[in-house]
Order: sequence, then C-alpha cells, then structure tokens
Amino acid sequence: MTLAIDAPKDHFRLSMLVYDTRYRSYTIQFIVLLLFFAFLVWLTNNTIANLAMRDKDINFDFLFNRAGYDIDQQLIPYTNDSTHGRALFVGLLNTLVVAFFGCLFATILGVFVGILRLSKNWLVARLMTVYIEVFRNVPLLLWIILTFVVFSETRPQPKDFRVTDEMIAAGQEPAANMLFGVIAVTNRGSSFPAPLVDRPLGTVTIATVPVNLTVVATLAILLASIWGNIVLRRRAKAVQEATGDRPVTWWKSLLILFAPVILFLAALGFHWDYPALKGFNFQGGITVAHSFTALVVALTLYSATYIAEAVRAGIMAISRGQSEASFALGLRPGRTMSLIVLPQALRVIIPPLISQYLNITKNTTLGMAISYLDLKGTLGGITLNQTGRELECMLLMMLIYLCLSLMISAAMNVFNAAVKLKER
Amino acid sequence: MNKSVLLGTVAAATIVAGSAFAGTLDDVKARGELICGSNTGLTGFGAPDASGNWAGFDVDLCRAVAAAVLGDPTKVKFVPTTGETRFTALASGEVDVLVRNSTWTFSRDNDLKLDFVAVNYYDGQGFMVKKDLGVSSAKELDGATVCIQTGTTTELNLADFFKSNNISYTPVTVADDSEAQRQYEAGACDAFTTDASGLASTRAAMADPANHIILPEIISKEPLGPVVRHGDNNWGDIVRWSYFALLIAEEKGITKANIDDIVKAATDDASYDPEVKRLLGVGDNDTGKLMGVDAKWAYNAIKAGGNYGEIFEANIGSATPIGLARGLNALWTEGGLQYAPPLR
Repeated sequence: MTLAIDAPKDHFRLSMLVYDTRYRSYTIQFIVLLLFFAFLVWLTNNTIANLAMRDKDINFDFLFNRAGYDIDQQLIPYTNDSTHGRALFVGLLNTLVVAFFGCLFATILGVFVGILRLSKNWLVARLMTVYIEVFRNVPLLLWIILTFVVFSETRPQPKDFRVTDEMIAAGQEPAANMLFGVIAVTNRGSSFPAPLVDRPLGTVTIATVPVNLTVVATLAILLASIWGNIVLRRRAKAVQEATGDRPVTWWKSLLILFAPVILFLAALGFHWDYPALKGFNFQGGITVAHSFTALVVALTLYSATYIAEAVRAGIMAISRGQSEASFALGLRPGRTMSLIVLPQALRVIIPPLISQYLNITKNTTLGMAISYLDLKGTLGGITLNQTGRELECMLLMMLIYLCLSLMISAAMNVFNAAVKLKER
Repeated sequence: MNKSVLLGTVAAATIVAGSAFAGTLDDVKARGELICGSNTGLTGFGAPDASGNWAGFDVDLCRAVAAAVLGDPTKVKFVPTTGETRFTALASGEVDVLVRNSTWTFSRDNDLKLDFVAVNYYDGQGFMVKKDLGVSSAKELDGATVCIQTGTTTELNLADFFKSNNISYTPVTVADDSEAQRQYEAGACDAFTTDASGLASTRAAMADPANHIILPEIISKEPLGPVVRHGDNNWGDIVRWSYFALLIAEEKGITKANIDDIVKAATDDASYDPEVKRLLGVGDNDTGKLMGVDAKWAYNAIKAGGNYGEIFEANIGSATPIGLARGLNALWTEGGLQYAPPLR
C-alpha cells in the first residue's frame, strides 16, 4: 500500500521574491527597470535645472522666425525671408534627394560588382576584389573630401569658358570647352540643359509647395502609356496561349510608349534651355553644385562595396544544384542568374541591404565637410548657430533622422516579407 | 540606502555644475590660469606662430586680462573656436572669456545670454575679389558666387545686402577662414566676404596680396569685442576695465616702456595726475579691491603688451603686413570712437 501525499501547497511569501528562483528574476528585472526610470528622470531634471541656471528654456518658437540666410540648393522655393522651419524642410529634402540617389546607384553598382566578383574571368573577379577592398577600408569622409577636391581643383573656372570678340578675331580657342557644346563642368558645379515648354500648364500650390502641372501631366501620360503597354502584352500572351502564335507587338509597344508623350510635349512647345556663361557664372539650364555630385558619387562608391558583398553572400548561399538544374534545362548563364539564382538570393540579400540603406541615409550628414546644406547643414548648422538653440535643434534633428530610418526600415521590411520564402 | 546615495550624487552634481557659473574670478584664481576662447587662426588677431605661441590683437587683450587677474600675462590657455562653436564653448564654461572678433548684436546679448563687455575693434563687413575680375564695386557682383563663414553675422548681412540691391548670388558656406581662403584662391568663389579687418588679415597671409582688392563698400556695422557669460557681473567688470585700462593708458601716454618711470614719478610727485595714480595703484590707491583683484591690476595689464595703441600697431597697424589704419578705432581725442569712462 502506498501513501499518496500531495505536494505541500505553496503559499506565497514575500521572502520568495528573493530566495525562490521562480520569482527572483522578476524581482531583479523590476529593480533594474526602476533604476533605469530613475536615471531617465534624473537626466531630464538635471538638463532642465542646468538650462534654468543659464536662463535658458526649451522653446521651439524660433522655427517660425525669419531665417535670414540663403541656401544654395533648394527643391522647394526658399528665400532668406522664409522661416527657420522652412529652411529645415529645404535641408530635409536635400538630405532625402542625396539618400535616394545614393541608395539607387549603390544598389545598381553593388549588384553588378557582387556578381562580377564571382565571375569565372580571373581578371574581372580580381579587379572587383581590389575595388571592394580599397573602398571599404578607407573612411567614407576621406572619399567624400577626395571626390569633392577632384571636382573643384581639376576643373576650370567659369571664366575660362569665356569667348570674347578679340579671341574670335584672333582665331583663339577658349581655355576650356563645354562637353558636346551643351554641358559645362566648372570648378563650382555642372550645368546641364534643362527641358522647358513654351506654354506650361501652370502650377498649383499645395501646402506652400508649388506643384508644376506640366510635370505631373507628363508623368501621368507616361504611366498611362506603360499601363497600356502591359495590357497589350497581356493580350498578346493570351492569344499566344490560345492559338500558339504570338502577334507582332513591337511597333505597337513603341507607339503606345512614346507617341502620346511626344505629341503632348510638342503641343506645349518643348525645347531645351542650354546653359550659357553670363557674368560670373553659367546661367540657364540646371546647375548641380559639386558638393551634391561629390556626396552622391562618394556615397555610391563606398556603399556599393558593402552591397556587393551582401549580393555575393546571397548568391553563394544558393545551392549549386539550382544553377546546374537550370543549365540542364538549357537556360543560358544570364537567364539562370536573373530567373533562378537572384530571386532566391534576394532572401539573403534584403536584410543587410536594409541596414546599408539606413547607413547611406545617416551618412549624408558627412556632407557638412564639403558645405552641402542638408538637414545637418541647415537645422543643425546655420539655424543652430544663428539662434543658439543647440538642445532644441539637436533633439529635433535626432527625432527626424530616427523617423526617417524607421520609415525606410519599415518599407524594406514590407518588401522583405513579400520576397521571403513562403512556408505553407 | 540606494536612494539616498542616488539623491546625494544628484545634489553633488548640481552643486558642482552650479559653482562653475557663479564665480569665474574664483575659478580662474584657483586654476592659476585664464582660459581664453580665440580664433582658430586669423593672422594679426589671434593665431599661433611657427613655434606655437599665440599672438595677435585679440590675444594681447587676453594676456592683459590674465595679467590683471593673475599678475602674469603668460598664464593663459588659448582654446581655438570656430564661428560655430564659440558661443557654446563660452556658455558651457569651457572658456572664461571669448576674445575672437565676435560681433555684438541684440540677439547674442539677450537670446544667447551673453554679455559683450566692450568693443575693442569697430569693424564693418566688406568684400574681397581678385583684381582680374574687373569689379570695382560690390553692387557689380550680380550672379557671383560668394564664400562666407557660417554661423556669423556676415552671413545674414550678405543676404540682406544682395536683397536690398536687387541682385542675386550663390552662397558657398564654409566653416572657417582658412577653408574660405582656400576655396577663394582656388576660384570656387568670385568673392570672399567677412569683416574688413578679417579680409585685410586674410589678404596679408596670401602669396600674392597685390592681386586682390577689397571693395570700397562696407555693408554693416560690426562692433567686435570680448564676451563673457551673462550673470557673472563681477567677472564682466574685470574684463571690461582691463580693456579700459589699456585705453586710459594710451590717453595718458603710458606705454610698456615708460610705465615704470611714470610709477616712480607719480610716487615721488604728490601733485601728479590723480587718475594715473589711481590707474597704476600708486600710493594707497587700491582700485582692484572693489573687483577682487590686486591693486596693481592695471599696471600689470598695461605692462603685458603695452597700451591699446601699442597693441594695435604691433599686430595690425600700418607697419605690419595687415596694414590697417586706426580709423574708427582711434581714441576719441583723435576723432575715433575708442572712449573709456573715467576711472574714479
């Protein structure tokens, strides 16, 4: 006969918080959390107390005051009569445009270099290795400054492009010539021809940002054309599936893609506005300062090396059997890469790519070394100096970069979820 | 127990932080050294020479203050500050006094909580261009690219000047004078703008000063002077009167060379100019007591680098490569603006 004894009923006692291993970790976590909050409260109090001692407060009113300074590159209209808040947005847009082009070009270059590094061609593979190792192992700031100096010190000054009547009479050539007669690269910036129309559709102002209706209409027509082309190809495919014969579509595609937009622009009186040397600088056309070009070029060359390594890792993670099976089916190497290997490699490539995009966005702040007026240059530079509101500017700037990074990361996570291996 | 330790730390930290801003004079005396915020390198005003010794017009004022407070003009540590970092360095207590050709403005005085205690150089903003540009007036600069130092009043004056003259420009913002000079010389900008004294100094440091001209327009008022933190009035008074002592010395003809003879003469002669006696602490005159410094404070300050005129001529005057005329900075008795209140 056995005697069944119930396990003794556990009554909770306070001492168990310390001596019972089941509860101890909760106790420790709770205490650490309390200490952490106490530290935060102390930090905030200390900041406010020290600011008060210097007769300073935390105040964001300066954002609505007149800025008084000028910004070279502005994507939305801005004058020195605009507010510091608007200068912030001009800077933010400058940050975004550099980050956008940096990410775009770095991805394109990175994918090519990553694939080429795995090439069976010895020379190509070694050249790519050298490129990656050289760019990855030198600080980005140095690349940015070097690129800028190369542009600004090796190119001629605007006045070297000048052609005077005496020079024509004497049959002399100017010291410098424009590329193809339309693009001028001086030591200050690059001037490109700008597309212009004689009869623009005008602009509407949405929330103080003017929107050019001509551009909007052109883009809408282009999108409609692309959609029309997709419909056309889908029909052709349906016909092919049903009958086995694919109708000839190439001239219809060309017509749908290009005819509407060309007709539209011709109706508005499209022409190019060429840059020309007037006074001290080139006027007309679109002028891009070297600080922008240098920043994009350096960011691209530097970040592309990391993306290339991610791409290489992604490709090597795909089993050889996949490409061997593809070759066995008769697919050429290029199609094997684009149809079989890369889509699967994306699952490995996307997560490190996200962090590279975040890095590029944050690294745009290094533009301050070459006087590029991004968010760090306007809000964190001139506005901070002219108003003396260091704490407010820094907090605001950190908040903006945080939001920006979180948004990029959220968007890329959505993309990642779409391409990742679906397990059912 | 944990809590009381934490609170104790908080209290201690607050007290330590508080004391750093109350008695700058006590801090300087306890440290035995004056920390002076200076330019990163502006020839003639504040720049280290080849052997690392700081020299210049602003630097000599720092030395005079150090001499007045500590009795030794060499007990100064110079902290180079850029246009961007200077006021933060002062407000945070990193430097005791800022003598770095900084313009006295309303917002800096009131919004930044700083005190400009005097004007040691009356200046105005000008433009420098290369001679072969063929420009003789700033109003001909329509469409030009202009280099400016960021975080300065000149940045705002420049925008206002071009706006009021209905002409346009492209700004190139740079962090300090040397970078501006590099960009200007490389031709990245057509014109360089800053205070006229700064232009003269930059031009003197160039390889070919004769090929650059300073345009005649002076587009702003730039009263440059020493700055201290708001709220420590005693320290502000010491810096202000150290400077005035140099002015009074020039007015009374007291120089670095003859100061000892004058002290001797004033000691022997009961009917000697009483203001000179008060200034130099002759006999039982002790003007330093009220400020908490030695009775010989003004003597030490003048002995450090000479009177205002001597400092001016030695660093930026017409005999130096910078070659600035006294102009507005002559004594009031000679038609200038430099005027010290009576020492009594």
